[in-house]
Parts: sequence; structure tokens; C-alpha cells
Amino acid sequence: MKKFATLCFIFSLLTGCASTQMSLYDELGGKDTVAQIVDNFIHEIEYNKTMFTYFAESDIERFREKLNEHLCLLANGPCTYTGDTMEQVHAGMNISESDFNLGVDLFIAAMTKANVPHTVQNKLLAKMVPTRKEIIYL
Amino acid sequence: MKIPKYPALALLQAGLTIVTLHTPVALAADGKLIATAGLSQIEGSGGGGIVPWATISGYDSRDQISAGAVVTQVDVDDYRLTMLGASLSFYDSLEVSVAQQRFEIKGAGIDIKQNIVGLKYRLYGDVVYSDWPQLSVGMQYKHLEDGDIAAAVGADNNSSGTDFYLAATKVHLGAIAGYNAVWNLTARATKANEMGILGFGGIKNDDYEIMFEASAGILFSRNIAVGIEYRQKPDNLGLGEDNWTDYFISYIPSKDFNLTLAWAELGTIAGAAGQSGLYLSLNGQLW
Ligand code: HEM
Repeated sequence: MKKFATLCFIFSLLTGCASTQMSLYDELGGKDTVAQIVDNFIHEIEYNKTMFTYFAESDIERFREKLNEHLCLLANGPCTYTGDTMEQVHAGMNISESDFNLGVDLFIAAMTKANVPHTVQNKLLAKMVPTRKEIIYL
Repeated sequence: MKIPKYPALALLQAGLTIVTLHTPVALAADGKLIATAGLSQIEGSGGGGIVPWATISGYDSRDQISAGAVVTQVDVDDYRLTMLGASLSFYDSLEVSVAQQRFEIKGAGIDIKQNIVGLKYRLYGDVVYSDWPQLSVGMQYKHLEDGDIAAAVGADNNSSGTDFYLAATKVHLGAIAGYNAVWNLTARATKANEMGILGFGGIKNDDYEIMFEASAGILFSRNIAVGIEYRQKPDNLGLGEDNWTDYFISYIPSKDFNLTLAWAELGTIAGAAGQSGLYLSLNGQLW
């Protein structure tokens, strides 16, 4: 059990030391990288049959703009989100848990293509986690 | 409870019947983030390597069913344990598993077989998405086919026993310098000696005891997890049965397949001290 306690201690040290003054938005690479993630994500959606059906009727330019703002907001960047709430946007779509996860898989691919490092990807995903309950099965 | 001769086959058959009755279910389960479905532990339940977790084995989401198969071998100084298992998971909520363990006493030509049927039910949460850890209850019914050794070492019951457990598991995204971390805590009520291979209960103790088990790991990429596990064990036989520890590295190239290599420190088993060696496990998701 002692080994275990030591390990937990090291875990907590690492977490502590790693905190920096930089906002996640800066870590991501700011406006340009976020724009690139969103462009890649839209590209991923276009080539995925399941995801594309959800967006078939959507105004993609609006989606592009609002998602940029929303990601900026999630990453504590200097933006105001002018779109609708997550509930309002996704209500009526009845997005299932697995389709949500498909979205996350595509979003990870979009971040990887924008050269976002693994650790920074995870921090952004962590910010998206709490929004899931405002998006699925509505 | 009667165990069919080929429990894995029977289970798959039962699963197929259920699947065909439930047509709108997606068959290729992929509804979880890669590496968050966990593995199958040494008694066949979804978990780490030696500890059952709260996770339901397989990548099924609320609308999916999944089936998986596992083969594991632990090779320590004087013994070798081989485990073959299969599991079915329903809607990320119920897990049914079957496993056969073959415990070989090296050089003695002795082989002890044990069959295990496991059930697990998720009570609360999602390992990644809920605020609190995912919580599950489970049981493992163990049927010892070769009970002679168990009787010889003084087991109170050399044919069958049931373990019950409560497990809590949580994945924290980006928690450790941006790496994803996972931890699990399990409380198990058991009478089993060396998981049941040496029977259930004994001269020193014949009652259920609560044992604590824990795992912690870091995911260094979407495909590599490294960690440590600990499993407390009773000493009902008075043979100095030890707690177990393992250090593992898992390679998870896709949701359909993963491979785990570990160093297992199992201490004293049936009086033979210092048993440690390699643990190797292959997991496949069939759908
Ligand atoms: C954490 C995950 C998600 C976030 C943060 C998110 C965020 C957003 C944002 C900011 C918008 C634009 C809002 C506006 O126009 O005012 C939007 C629109 C949309 N989202 Fe999501 N979304 C997520 C997951 C999903 C998933 C999984 C799907 C489908 C499977 C989906 C389908 C849509 C669709 C179809 C639209 C366009 C709606 C319209 O045309 O009006 N979203 N989302």
C-alpha cells in the first residue's frame, strides 16, 4: 500500500507543478489554431455519413463562427460567445451517446491534424466534458 | 448453478439470440473514448489486470451491445496461470462474463481448473463524463473443478464460492500535466483462497472478509497506458497468502484489440515464497 501512496503523491506533485499562467487558449495556439481545428472538424463531419446527416440542413458558416467563439470561451480565451445555449442548439436532435462519442473522435482527429499536442488536446476535452449532458438525448 | 461444458460458446449463443431479438441495436460497439473501456481482469470481469473495475467491458454505449474475448497468462516461479474468457456487455450497463482458469504447478504435473461466471451492473455514472466516479456492483461465482489440492491444504469448501464487489472508477481528462489519468477502488467480500484455486475458507478463517483493491494509471497517449495495481487477499488457510501487486503497460492500438504486459508480484502461494513473473494478456472485441 505504501508504493501506492507514493505514486499518488507523485501524481499530485506533477499536477501542481504543471499549472502555468498561460490560458488554455494560448496553449492551443490562439485564434489561428482554433480556426484550423474548426475547419478540420467541419471537413471531418462532411466525410462522415452519420455526422453529416445531422448537419445536412445547417448553415455551416454560422456553425463555423459560433464554434470558434464557443471553443474560445471553453479555453478561457478573450471572446464572447454570441450563439445559442447548448440545450437550444441540440434540442430535438436526440443525439445518442455513441454519436456524441463519434463527434469527440472526429474532434480529436481535427485537433491532431492541427498539430495540437496530446496533453493540450486532453485539457480542451476536459472542458467539453461537462457540456455533454446539455447535448445528448434532447 | 450448472456450468455448461463450453461456457463461452453458450454465452455467445445466448448473446446472439438477444441481439437478434433487439434489431435496432448497433453491433459494432464504439461508443466510448478509446482506452476508457478498460481491459478484462484475471477472473474475466472488466477491469484492470487483477482488479475488477466499475467499467463495463467493451465499447458499448447506452444503445449498443458488445462482446469480447480475452486470453491471459501469468507465469511466476513455481506456477503458471492461464485464463480464457469471454464477456457480453449490454447498453454499458450490464456485463456477463465467463472464464476458465487453469493453474499449473510447474514440474508436478498438476493442473487445477476453475470456472467463473461473472455479473456486473452499473449503478451510477460514466467513467469519463459524470462528476462522480462510475459505480458498479458485481459478483463472481467460482466453481472449482479440481478440488483435491484445496482439500489437502485445508480449505473449508473445495467446490465453489461467490465473491461480491463494489467498484468505483474515474478517468480524469488532462489531469496530470495534461495526460489522462484513471483510478479505481474496489471492495470485495470473499472467502476465496488464491482466487478460489485453493478453495474457499479454511482453518484460520471461514467467514466472508472485505478486501480492498486499487488501480491507478496514466495514459501517455491515446494508445498507451501505464500503471500499478494492488489487491489485498485473505489468509484463511494460514499459509501466509500474500497481497498482490502488478505494474502494467497496455497498448491499445484500436477499440477492437489491446495487449497488456505486466510484472506481477504475487508473494507466497501455497507456502512457496517470492512468486513473481510476467503477466501477458490479449483482449479482443468481437463486435
Ligand atoms: C462537446 C460537444 C459539442 C459542442 C461543444 C458543440 C457546440 C456547438 C455550437 C457552438 C454550435 C453552434 C451554435 C449556434 O449556431 O448558435 C453547434 C451547432 C450544432 N451542433 Fe453541436 N456541439 C457539440 C456536439 C455535437 C454533436 C455530437 C452533434 C451531432 C451528432 C452536434 C450537432 C450540431 C448541429 C447539427 C449543429 C447545427 C445546428 C443548426 O444548424 O442550427 N453537436 N454545436
